[in-house]
Amino acid sequence: MAEAAIQIEDVSKRYLLGEHHGAHGTLSDAFGGSVRRLLGREPAHLPEIWSLRDVSFEVETGQALGVIGRNGAGKSTLLKLVTHITEPTSGVVRTRGRVGSLLEVGTGFHPELTGRENVYLNGAILGMRRSEVAQRFDEIAEFAGPQVRRFLETPVKRYSSGMYLRLAFAVAAHLDADIMAVDEVLAVGDAEFQRKCLGKMSSFEREGRTIVFVSHDLSAVAKLCPTAVWLDAGRIRGYGPSREVVDDYVAAGITPTAEREFSDRPDAPVAARSAAVRSAAGNAVASLARDEPFTLELRFVVRERVADLDFAVFMENLRGVRVLDEAWSETAVLERGAPGEYVARISVPPVLVVGDYVVGFWVGSAYDTLIYEEEALRLRLEGDAKGRRNRIVQLGLAWEVERVAEPRPSARRAEPLPRP
Amino acid sequence: MAAVAEQWRENRPTAGARVLRLGELWSYRELVYFLALRDVKSRYKQAFFGIGWTVFQPIVGVAIFTVVFRRLAEVPSEGVPYSVFALLGFVIWSYFAGSFGNASGSLVANASLVTKIYFPRLAAPIASLLPGLVHLTIGLALLSGLMALVGFVPSLAAPLLAVCVLWTMAVALGPGLLFATMNVKYRDVGAVAGFLTQLWFLASPVAYPSSLVPDAWRWAYAANPMVGVLDTARWAVLGTPRPGPEILVSLGVTLALLGLGLLYFQRTEREFADVI
Ligand SMILES: Nc1ncnc2c1ncn2[C@@H]1O[C@H](COP(=O)(O)OP(=O)(O)O)[C@@H](O)[C@H]1O
Ligand SMILES: [Mg+2]
Repeated sequence: MAEAAIQIEDVSKRYLLGEHHGAHGTLSDAFGGSVRRLLGREPAHLPEIWSLRDVSFEVETGQALGVIGRNGAGKSTLLKLVTHITEPTSGVVRTRGRVGSLLEVGTGFHPELTGRENVYLNGAILGMRRSEVAQRFDEIAEFAGPQVRRFLETPVKRYSSGMYLRLAFAVAAHLDADIMAVDEVLAVGDAEFQRKCLGKMSSFEREGRTIVFVSHDLSAVAKLCPTAVWLDAGRIRGYGPSREVVDDYVAAGITPTAEREFSDRPDAPVAARSAAVRSAAGNAVASLARDEPFTLELRFVVRERVADLDFAVFMENLRGVRVLDEAWSETAVLERGAPGEYVARISVPPVLVVGDYVVGFWVGSAYDTLIYEEEALRLRLEGDAKGRRNRIVQLGLAWEVERVAEPRPSARRAEPLPRP
Repeated sequence: MAAVAEQWRENRPTAGARVLRLGELWSYRELVYFLALRDVKSRYKQAFFGIGWTVFQPIVGVAIFTVVFRRLAEVPSEGVPYSVFALLGFVIWSYFAGSFGNASGSLVANASLVTKIYFPRLAAPIASLLPGLVHLTIGLALLSGLMALVGFVPSLAAPLLAVCVLWTMAVALGPGLLFATMNVKYRDVGAVAGFLTQLWFLASPVAYPSSLVPDAWRWAYAANPMVGVLDTARWAVLGTPRPGPEILVSLGVTLALLGLGLLYFQRTEREFADVI
C-alpha cells in the first residue's frame, strides 16, 4: 500500500457567525460590546456554525480524491485546512510535500499588469521561484493557447474572461506541487477549456501527484477520481469508490423547498424578498408531476436606481448540470431599474425530466452582481423516468414518419407499418 | 515527484503567541518582491499621474510650507535654506505616512490572497513598505537638484540617510502591523489611522526644526520616533546640530512599537483567513 500524503484526524472547524464576510463590525461596536460584556449585559458568545465536524480520512500519495456535497457542506473549508490557509478548531491535518492550492482561478491577478507580468506574479503567489516560472514560461503560454500568447504584453484587463481563465489556469497547472487542492475551478470556462483542464489533472495523477478535487460536476469527479468523499453538513456521509459515492449522493436527493423568504438587508441597493415555485393554479409547490408546467417567481426590492437592471434564474440537476438558465436581458431590452418592488415570473413548460432540481437566481446589472443565491429552492419532478436515466430534457418532440418505398418484389412478405 | 522522503507538516489548533517564523518569511522573499512590484507597476502604469505626480507633490508641498511656516509663522531652519530644510522633511515624512497607510491596509487589500493561498501573512505588510521607495528616490533626486540650485553642499555624513530610511520603515511597520490586524476585524480603523497620521505630522519636525520645542520638553517630544528619524536625517544630510541623547528614546519607542505590532500580529494571524 502506498504511503499517505494527507492525514486528517478528527478535524472540526467552527466559524463564528457575525464574523462573516460583509458583516464587519466597527471599532465603536466592539468597544460598546466589550463594555456591555463587562457589565454583564450581553452574552459573550456569537452564534456559531460547525463547518466540519469530526472528519477523519487519509489520502494516499498519488491518489486523486473527489469531494462532493451540497453548498455549505464544508468542502471549501476542508481544502483550506489541507492547504494550511486556516487552522482547525480541533483535530489535526498533516500533509507531506509541497501543497499547491487552486481554490480560485486567477487569485492575485492584477488587471493593470500584462499577461507576462501576471504569470510571474501569480507564480510567486502560488509559491514558485522566478527561475522556475522562467523555465516553464513557454509551456505555460503554450497551454494557455494561441490567442493568449499573442496578447502576453497586454494588460489582462483587456482580456476576455475566457482568455483570463486560460492564462490563470495555465500558471496553476504548471505548479510543481506534490499535493494539489482544486476547488470548483472548472465551474467556469467553456467546454473545451474544461476538457483541457481535466486532461491536465489526469496527467497530474499519472505523474503521481496527490489531488483533492472539489466539484459540482459529478461526472468529472467519477472520471478523474477513483475515490470520493461525500460531505453533508460538515460530516462525512459517504466514502469509497467514487461511482458508488456519487450514485448514493444522487439517490439521496434533497428536501424540497417550495418557497423562501429572505431576510432583508436594509443597506443593500437591491435586496431579495422571496422566491417560490408555483403550480399552474398559483400555489407554492415543491413537488410536481413532470408533465405539469410551473412558474418560478422572484420578488425583490430595488432601493437605488440600477443602470441596466437584469436578473436570471437557473435550475441545476443533482449531477450539477445546469438544465435551465434564463436571463431577462435575453428577451427584453434592459432599462434602468427604477426603485420599487419587483415581481418576476417565468413559466417553465414541461420539458424537464423526472428528478430533483436546485433553483437559484441572480440579480445584477450589465456590470455587477447584486444578489446571487445559488440554492434558493429545491424542486422535485415526479413521474416515470421510463428507464432513460441519462437524458436531461424531455421535449416530447413529434416524430414525422412516412413510408417512403414499397418493399422490392423479391422481399419477403411486406409488413404494414404500425400507425402511431 | 513522490514525496515519501518529505517531512510531515501539521495543521493543528494553536493558542497564544506563535514564534516568528523568519526562516519561512525569508523563503517567501520572492513573493514580497512581486507584491511590491505589482503595486509599483500598477501605480505607475497610469502614466499620467505616475511620475508627474511624484515630482509635483513635494514641490507643491514645500511651496505651501514656505508660505505657511516660513512667511506667516517665521519658523527658523537651523541656518539651512528653508526650502532645502523643508523638502528633506517632506520627502521622508511622505515616505513614512504612505508606508504606514499602506501597511495598515495591507491585509484587507490582499484579502483574496489571504483567504485563498497560504503564505506567511507578514509578507503583505512588509511588501507594502517597498513601493514608497520609488517615491522617496525621486524626492531625494529632487532634493539634490534643489541643493545644487541653491548651492548648498551636503554634509559628509549623508550616506547615513540609508540608516534613517530603514529606521523609518521600522517606525511605519510597528503601528502598521497593529492597524493592519485591527483592520481585518474593524473596517473603520482606516479612518482612525488617517486621523492619527495628521496629528502625528503636527507632532513631528517636518516643516519646523525640533529646536523650537523648549528644552524641558525635548525628552517627551522624542517619544515620537519620527523626531529621532528627522533630526538624524537632517544632521546627516544638511549638517544641522547633532541630535542629543534623547534620540535613544525615539529608538526605544520604535523598537517597542515594532515588538508590540509583531506580537499582536502573530497572535491574531491564525484568524485572518476566517474573519477578513
Ligand atoms: N469565513 C467564514 N466565516 C463564517 N462562516 C463560514 C466561513 N467560511 C465558511 N463558512 C460557513 O461554513 C459552512 C461551510 O462552508 P464551505 O466550506 O464554504 O462549504 P462548501 O464549499 O461545501 O459550499 C457554510 O455554512 C459557510 O457559511
Ligand atoms: Mg465551496
